Amino acid sequence: MSSSIRFEHVARRFPGREAGAPPVTALDDLDLEVAAGELVTLVGPSGCGKSTLLDLVAGLSSPSSGRVLVDDREVTGPGLDRGVVFQQYALLPWRTARANVELGLEANGTPRRERAERAREYLDLVGLAGFERHYPHELSGGMTQRVAIARSLAFDPAVLLMDEPFAALDAQTRETLQDELLRIWGRTGKTILFITHGIDEAVYLGRRVAVLTARPGRVKGIVEVGDLPRGDPDTDVRSSPEFARARHRVWTSLRGETKRQGEHADRGARPVKAETQHDRTQEARVDQHA
Amino acid sequence: MIAFLAVWEVVPRLGLVDRVFLPPFSEVLAAWWQLAVSGELGEHLGASLVRALGGLVLAVVVAIPLGIALGWYRPVAEALNPLLEIFRNTAALALLPVFVLLLGLGESSKIALVMFACSWPILLNTASAVRTVDPLLVRSARSLGFGAGAVFRKVVLPSTVPTLFTGVRLAAAVSLLVLVAAEMAGANAGLGYLITAAQFNVEVPQMYAGILTISLLGLAINQLLVVLERRVSRWRPATG
Repeated sequence: MSSSIRFEHVARRFPGREAGAPPVTALDDLDLEVAAGELVTLVGPSGCGKSTLLDLVAGLSSPSSGRVLVDDREVTGPGLDRGVVFQQYALLPWRTARANVELGLEANGTPRRERAERAREYLDLVGLAGFERHYPHELSGGMTQRVAIARSLAFDPAVLLMDEPFAALDAQTRETLQDELLRIWGRTGKTILFITHGIDEAVYLGRRVAVLTARPGRVKGIVEVGDLPRGDPDTDVRSSPEFARARHRVWTSLRGETKRQGEHADRGARPVKAETQHDRTQEARVDQHA
Repeated sequence: MIAFLAVWEVVPRLGLVDRVFLPPFSEVLAAWWQLAVSGELGEHLGASLVRALGGLVLAVVVAIPLGIALGWYRPVAEALNPLLEIFRNTAALALLPVFVLLLGLGESSKIALVMFACSWPILLNTASAVRTVDPLLVRSARSLGFGAGAVFRKVVLPSTVPTLFTGVRLAAAVSLLVLVAAEMAGANAGLGYLITAAQFNVEVPQMYAGILTISLLGLAINQLLVVLERRVSRWRPATG
């Protein structure tokens, strides 16, 4: 089971920090389409609204204008047809690996016994058989993120949304998990929207790489990577000429954006990154009271 | 610990301090044993325990839900904050006469005073625990489609437990402190009363026996709560 994702002229504005300040536009007139079963990666300069975009698909916030559609239905709120993997794992520290995976199954009312079974099955899928009873603090960063992936897959969402999930891991663990993700994608056929700020990661994982512009974010261009022999342990895909070409195209596209952003900053604009974080904590606070 | 007791034993025996005012530890121990055997100690201990635990339990029952509400509804917290700050910074004992006036000299005024004093650490710790729940965990639970109630039950409540326990432990220490002082000020039973009465009758070893009992009681209660805390927060990385 998988679904397509479509952004139609999506814009998202946040109120200015101080009263009377002009609103901050994170995304503006963004169009993007991800076909069912496709793995698309999204790169952009920091603060370009990548995470805002993911929140919109997840249903954690709604666009100021335009529409986000999953499987031709407009997103109106969170739902179990979409699974989110966050950068900082977001596991409940007081639950074991198994109980964390079960969390999503509790949301859709799966009976207790089936929950345990499914949790075991998916921990097995991400290579964590035997770690069911471990608490997150007893697991390494890579293992923790595997648990998070298992949790997002266990309730069988059609779409998997990943927000820089491997950014906090060391290089070797990251490469292992990238291959794992490709394997899991091959086995499950999910539609995956993968956000990253790493060009190599974007090119390695995505069949298509969408490059976002600096704030306000919109899709600048899409680089077709095509079929590389990914996941083949005997080939060093990253040093193949095809990979280098695709990488260079993404780099060039992105380069223009980081330059533009740099000029902005030099002219005394507020640091973009700090702003996003501010916006999001503010949002989280509002959400808590909702 | 042993060195401290040894010094306590030796210093009065050597005549370095007047043994009338500081009897050797062994004499205190003997007095303590006598009080225990006669049942007098049990009676005072019982009276104090009922008041301290009664006040503490009432504080837990009232302050935890209030603290949760205060942490969850930010506008409520902001509106009440100045008032809370004033109450919190008013020494509970200063209010003893007020409680006595309102509730009389009996048990209820003492229990109410203990409850009042215990409520603040619990209330403030609970509120801050709820307020500082990792927003990412809340977001992640919401992305799974949980409503506010379920997010609260599955994420907010469990994550407040450690901080909440700290509050209860602080409150337990406060409860003894306030109670002993209240009993010293006016009571006819209880450890605080035992100490002042012994002092009044110049039964110095008995006085120290009372003080010793209070120390041990405080230690025991704290230890109990530590064990309980460890049991409910086994998921946390080991801390000192």
